[in-house]
Formats: sequence, structure tokens, C-alpha cells
Amino acid sequence: MDIDLPLIWAGLIAFSVLAYVVLDGFDLGVGILFPLFPEKHDRDVMMNSVAPVWDGNETWLVLGGGGLMAVFPLAYATVLPALYAPIIAMLLGLIFRGVAFEYRWRTRRGEFLWNWAFAGGSTLAAFAQGLALGALVQGIPVEDRAYVGGWWDWLTPFSIVTGLAIVVGYALLGATWLIMKTRGALADSARTIALRCSFATIAAMGIVSLWTPFLEPVYLERWFGWPTAIFSVIVPLLVLGCLYLLLNGIRDRHDTQPFIAALGLFVLGYIGIGISFYPYIVPPSLTIWDAAAPDDSLAFLLVGAVVLVPIILAYTAYAYWVFRGKVDPEEGYH
Amino acid sequence: MFEAFDATLIARIQFAFTVSFHIIFPAFSIGLASYLAVLEGLWLWKNDDVYLELFNFWKTIFAVAFGMGVVSGIVMSYQFGTNWSVFSDKAGPVIGPLMGYEVLTAFFLEAGFLGVMLFGLNRVGPRLHFLATAMVAFGTLISATWILAVNSWMQTPAGFSVNEAGQFVPVDWWAVIFNPSFPYRLVHMVLAAYLTTAFVVGACGAWHLLRNTAPRRARTMFSMAMWMAAIVAPIQIFAGDQHGLNTLEHQPAKVMAMEGHYQSHPDGAPLILFGIPNSADKRVDYAIEIPKLSSLILKHSLDAPLAGLDTVPEQLQPPVGIVFWSFRVMLLMGFSMLGIGLWSLWCRHRGTLHTNDWLHRIAVIMGPSGFVAVLAGWITTEVGRQPYTVYGHLMTADSVSPIEAPAVGASLIAFIMVYFLVFGAGTFYILRLMARLPRDTLPELGEGPIRTAGVAPGPAQPHGGQHGH
Repeated sequence: MDIDLPLIWAGLIAFSVLAYVVLDGFDLGVGILFPLFPEKHDRDVMMNSVAPVWDGNETWLVLGGGGLMAVFPLAYATVLPALYAPIIAMLLGLIFRGVAFEYRWRTRRGEFLWNWAFAGGSTLAAFAQGLALGALVQGIPVEDRAYVGGWWDWLTPFSIVTGLAIVVGYALLGATWLIMKTRGALADSARTIALRCSFATIAAMGIVSLWTPFLEPVYLERWFGWPTAIFSVIVPLLVLGCLYLLLNGIRDRHDTQPFIAALGLFVLGYIGIGISFYPYIVPPSLTIWDAAAPDDSLAFLLVGAVVLVPIILAYTAYAYWVFRGKVDPEEGYH
Repeated sequence: MFEAFDATLIARIQFAFTVSFHIIFPAFSIGLASYLAVLEGLWLWKNDDVYLELFNFWKTIFAVAFGMGVVSGIVMSYQFGTNWSVFSDKAGPVIGPLMGYEVLTAFFLEAGFLGVMLFGLNRVGPRLHFLATAMVAFGTLISATWILAVNSWMQTPAGFSVNEAGQFVPVDWWAVIFNPSFPYRLVHMVLAAYLTTAFVVGACGAWHLLRNTAPRRARTMFSMAMWMAAIVAPIQIFAGDQHGLNTLEHQPAKVMAMEGHYQSHPDGAPLILFGIPNSADKRVDYAIEIPKLSSLILKHSLDAPLAGLDTVPEQLQPPVGIVFWSFRVMLLMGFSMLGIGLWSLWCRHRGTLHTNDWLHRIAVIMGPSGFVAVLAGWITTEVGRQPYTVYGHLMTADSVSPIEAPAVGASLIAFIMVYFLVFGAGTFYILRLMARLPRDTLPELGEGPIRTAGVAPGPAQPHGGQHGH
């Protein structure tokens, strides 16, 4: 077969993980910011700004997991045991914040509990995702189709830094989302928070970016060898461009520009990781071709993905369109 | 050696625990989503507000149940990798794409239109909103189709070969999906979901009839639920019988365990109604049995020989006790449902459907019967499949991740605590929502924005907007 199915699928899986990161990123970010908004009214508006779409956002995570099992079963079977504790922590966090969307409205006395579940669950899930990312970047040893590292390998200074980076990054996405979706004092607070999160995010991205090339010789070669060094010029330049748009948008009180610019930062950070990783899916052990399922499996699912992903994107866009504009506290659709 | 055994056992307990919790919510939401679509369709068709009121009432309950289903489902999709990584590596090429299709065709559809269904009635108008509701219902059914294809393939695998890495490799996707037990299992599960929901709705209606809270709405939902019970329960018993015959053909050891047949019966097997399976002595103690009936049911002949577990090597036998009992619990529930359905027909004929207190009391008690039956049925089929994950090809003991017992044990404890806390709270909220059916009123519907019954009563309704109008 001439078509390189594993490569196409690596691209599709990368796309669904990116879609997850930017979409659930902002609604997890809204949860992370919950403790900074003590007023019940603000919290109601914040939650309602993401309530109609969070479930769809999280479905990309299920596609990432289910898709990985389908097309890179060996990657799925080695990464998940290696990241056992962070994955379980993420799942528990997602349980708490997911049910909070409904439970919070079902009780007055217990409301504070579900506020905490929403904030704590969102933060835990974000931190666990960052830990998992850091652990993946620093490498997962595989022998005989199984993970052979220790049970605490995922916990290192590097993975803690990536964990914190994801938390502040999601908080930035959440804050810029709130700038876009809310009005008045709530939006003003979101601007102040977004400004602080911008600096924290860029600092975290800087630390992780400078640290990563020294974890593996491959990464170093990739970023500073020729011709790939072009990336190490272009990507940081684009990051600076996004940062300018972000700060400029916050200062000039633009509604959507900060959110778009923050998304841009995430996309660039993600591309940066992709540059380091390629052609590995489980660095430094498995390439995308080592881990791929047989071509019959890849082709079977690809037919569906080619037809269905555009349809999914279309009705997802429609759902966002239905709920476009500012969340209006006076509107009775609750 | 012992450590590996421990990790496997704990991983099995963890899977059984999380999947048992999870199946409750789909069983409910598959039926409820269809019920909501029917209610909204009836509202649009007949323009009778009682259907919109019921739609809004059940929509809120659906939202809570669906949320619980989503979060417990995400756990399932990752547990294959964390606890059953060898199984994932080997079976992934076959079952992975089916689960991928489930996400692509069902989960996104449900999630995308759920927001519109819950929050969007006054943003998109009734017809588009009905489309959203129908899409959510359709999504739950598609989801059931794919996941039962996966489960059925694990029970009766077909259409594959095994490569040099020990992976199952698809050869014929048609045979993989339409494997021998798939149609039976799918029909049996979807009917079970409809019955489960019917008995919950019926119990809620009966409760309000007994308390006379909202006569019109309570009558409508009780009547609809009892029609469902009367029509679907007999169909389900027939479907279950067909499924049993299919199982006898493809997984005879499971049927032997269900029936408690330790010994072969060369000239007609009895049906053991009750008894205590004694695996040490290989017999059923204190058995109450009807001679020849098992042969009659399974082979449609009184004297047909029936093989017993003595024809299966000991290490390949499923645990008899659990399967024997869970099967009987499922049957008891199924026949009780049939009884209620027939009773309701009789009362309907006599004109006492809405006044017979005893029918209403029993219907309230029977509210959770569908959940019990579904759980018992899944236990029967899953435990009956042991000691295999992929029947006849991959042992459960060879499917588990190379994990340490403390790691999987700690996560099991965490799951148990979180699930009881979170899903206990959810069940409490759902029961409270069901108990609060507001009295019949004639709200100002049609004027101004329609308040969609408070899935998320926000700041617009600071004064008790929690349950509707």
C-alpha cells in the first residue's frame, strides 16, 4: 500500500488531542479560576458560559483514547500503564468537575461542595494532564511490547513543571474565554487575571522549551541541528507574535482577540512538542510505525474518520453558533 | 507469581465495579432519550402541553443521569489501557476501530446536540429542538450498537486471524461486527434499556398517583409506561430465550453454569429452579427441579441429551455459583415485569388503571427492577465468559497490564470512594427531582421565552427557579 496510513493517523490523533487541549482547556480553565470569583452570580455566569459545550469538548479526549487504542494499540498499551497514577488522577478530577455541572444546580445547601468539586476537579485534571505530558516528553521505556519502567517514573521536577504550565495555560484560556463571553465587572476581573496568566504561561512555556532539548539528544538535534533549526527560529517568533496580540488585545479591551491569541499560543506549543517527538509516538521507544495497528484496521477507521470528522466539526460549530455571544444573565434559557 | 495473581484479581474487581456502575446510566439514558423524543414529538403533533411539561420534567433528570454516564464512561475508555494493556495491545486492532466508530458516530452526536436540547429551546425553535432531541436519542442507540458489537465479538469472536506479534488482526469487518451473538445481544440490551426506563417512569407516575400530586401528568406517564411494560416485557422474554439458544450454540459452558448442570444428562435434563451450587462436590444442593424441562426449553425435545460441565476441562469452567444466581435474579425480574404489564392491561380493561392503589404500590416497588435485571444479566454473561476475555482465544489472566498490586489496589479504593460519593449524591438528586412533580397549572406557555425547566437555573431566576415554571 502506497499511502502511509500510520502517518495519516498520527496526524489525525494529534489533531484530536489538540482539539481536546484547546476546547476542554478553556472549560477546565473556567473551573481553575472558580476560586478567584467568590460571588455566586459570577460563578453562575461562568458555569453557564461553558455548560452547553463542555460535554462535546471532552468527547475529543475519548476520541484521543479510543482512537489511540484503535490505530496505535501498542502505544496505548504502553503509555497508559506508564502513566497509571496521573491518568487515574485525571479521571477522578474529570468525574468531580463533570457532575458538578448538574449537581451544582440541584442543591442550595450542598452548592459549596460542588463549587469545590468543579474547581478542584478541573485543577486536578489539568495538573494530571500536564504531569502525563511531561512524563511522555521525558521518555517511556518499552521492552517486549510492555512498559518496563518504575511506578513513580512519571514524577520528576520536569513533569511537575509541565503540570504547573498546563494549569496556568488552561487558566489563561479560561480567562480569555470569560473576556469574550461575559460583561461588566466579571469581564474586568477576567482581564486582570488573563494578564497575569499571560506572563505566567509564557514563563512556563519558556522554561519547558529550554529544558526539553536537554532531556534527549534527539530533541536537541531536532531544534538546533540543520535544517530543522529553522523551527527554532520560526516557532519562537510566532509565539512572540501571539503574545503581542494577546497583551494588546487585553489592554485594548478586545472581546475575542485575547482568546484567539491564547489559542494560538497553545497551538504553537503543541507544534513545538510535535517537532520534538516526530517520528516517535512513545519517545524514545516506539515510532508511529512500530506502534501502528495493521493496515486493515487503519483503513477501516480512516474511511469513517474522513466522512465523519468534517460532519462532527460542522455540527459542533453549529452548537457553538447557537450559543454565540455574551452570556446574558437576563436571558431565561437556564 | 502470587503478586501477578493479586494484580489480576484486583484489576478484575476494579473493572467489574466500574463497569457495573457505568451500565446503570446508559441503560437508563438510552430508554429515557427515546422517551424524551416521543414526548416532544407528541407535543408538536398534538399540541397538548402535558407532553411538554413531562418533557421538561424528564429532561432535567436525563441531564443528571447523562452527566453521570459521561464521566463513568470516560473511566471505562481509559481503563482498558491502564489495567488491561495486554488485552488492548492484542485486541486493539479489532475492537479499537469499533470503539472509534462509537465515538465518531454516537458520542459526538449526543454531546453536540445535548447542549441544544438542554439549553436551546428558545434559541432554535421547537422543530430544530425536536431534531436535537431525536439526534441525542439516535446517538444513544448507535452507541449501544457499537459497544455491543465489541462485547459480542469478545464473546463470540469471528472474522480475524492472529499475527506474529500475537495481535488479533481483522480479516473480514462484516464478520467482526455481525458476529454470531451480536444481533441477539443488541436486541436484548436495547429492550432491557427501554424496560428499565419504563419501570422508572412508571414508578414515578405511580408515586404521584398515590399522592395525587399532579393527576394529569402522573396519569399520562403511568399509562405510557404500562403500555411499554405490557408490550415489551413479553417480547423481551422471547428475545432472551433466543439469545439463550445462541449462547448454547457458541458458549455452551456458560449455559451449563447458568442451568447448574454439573453433570451431563444423556436422556433429558431437568430444569433446576432453585438450589445452591456446590462446585466442590459438583452438584446443586437442595435443588428444586422439574424433570426434562431444561431439554425442552433448550432443545425443544423432552429426551434430548444435554452436556454438562463434566465435558469441560476444570480450568476452563466459569464460576457456577455467581452465574447460576445472577441468571435467576434476571429471570425473576423479567417475569415480574411481565406480570405487572399483564396486570396493567387487565386494569386498563376494567377502567381502573389510574385508581388501583395496589397496582401503583407494586409499580413503585418495581421502579428499580430494570436496573437489577440489567446488572444481573451482565453479570451472567460476563462471568459466564470466564476464564476468557476473548472467548476461546485470550485468557483473562493473560490480558492484564504488568502493574503492581498496590497501584491497582489504591486506584480501586479511590474509585469505590469517589463513585459512592458522587453517584450516591446523583441518585439522591434524581430521586428528589422525581418526587417534586409540581401540581398541574396552566402556565403562560407560548408567551415570551419558554423556561426550559431549570437544568441550570441561573441568575435570571433567583427565586426558586430550580424546577420549572
